[in-house]
Amino acid sequence: MSLVARHLEEAGLPTVVMGSARDIVEECGVSRFVYTDFPLGNPVGKPDDVEMQMTITGMALDLLERAWEPRTTVQTPFVWDADSNDDWREHFMKVDDTNREALAAAGDQRRAAQADAKAEGRNRG
Amino acid sequence: MPADRRTHRSHVSYIDKSRNYYGAQGYPQAYQWSYNHDVPFTPLTKPLNECRIGLVTTSFFERKVDKNAVAGSATKEPYAARCDDALGGLYNKDLFWDKDTTHTDDLDTYLPINRLRELAQQGRIGSLAERFYGVPTDYSHRRTSRRDAPQILEFAQEDELDAVILVPL
Repeated sequence: MSLVARHLEEAGLPTVVMGSARDIVEECGVSRFVYTDFPLGNPVGKPDDVEMQMTITGMALDLLERAWEPRTTVQTPFVWDADSNDDWREHFMKVDDTNREALAAAGDQRRAAQADAKAEGRNRG
Repeated sequence: MPADRRTHRSHVSYIDKSRNYYGAQGYPQAYQWSYNHDVPFTPLTKPLNECRIGLVTTSFFERKVDKNAVAGSATKEPYAARCDDALGGLYNKDLFWDKDTTHTDDLDTYLPINRLRELAQQGRIGSLAERFYGVPTDYSHRRTSRRDAPQILEFAQEDELDAVILVPL
């Protein structure tokens, strides 16, 4: 998505990215970025929280107007879970001794399924 | 919240997480994320309340997806569709997001069509375009740069947009 934003900017169209994967967007490099430190899925605000969605969308518009140079990132003030905000960060794509074997097995299974699908495709011509 | 001290950055590095996660699944070659030193920049030259704004999502357009399709088999071609036709929600189960922690039942959490229409009514922007665009995440830089990005630019030019908000899930 950031590559698309860059292409539009190169063609003379101002853009702003709203997102929660800060490293992915900033490594690719975009002109304007409104970052919300939330689990991936709701970069414009929490479900059913119209006021928060309005604030975050408003910040994207502010940035369109006011940024004067590229790589301008603004972080919104919202926190996903004020009591235990590290839980979702640690849970997502977790790899540790409790699931290492299961992950390896899941990978083997996935590769086998992909190999089967490929063979089936070849047989169908 | 009280002041805190940490040995690691607090925001999640998805580049690190996904490398470790797929490595643990036995994929030895890490995905090569896009990195650029130089970044293009175009200033907004019109007052925002005279601008027509467009939206881009990474979600699939629901109607294009066969409900019985195997995960990952949906077409990843860029598309343009009417904002009115997105109000019931878009398809994003195949995409990379935190399905254990949250949900995408509220469209405006990932594509603020209603919020931007309200902001247009308030006079903050000129208008939201009739159409929005979709670029379902494709991990091929080549397809994203050479096929998807020019297609989105073409849509934006057809709709005479003044600025574009892109919202990756």
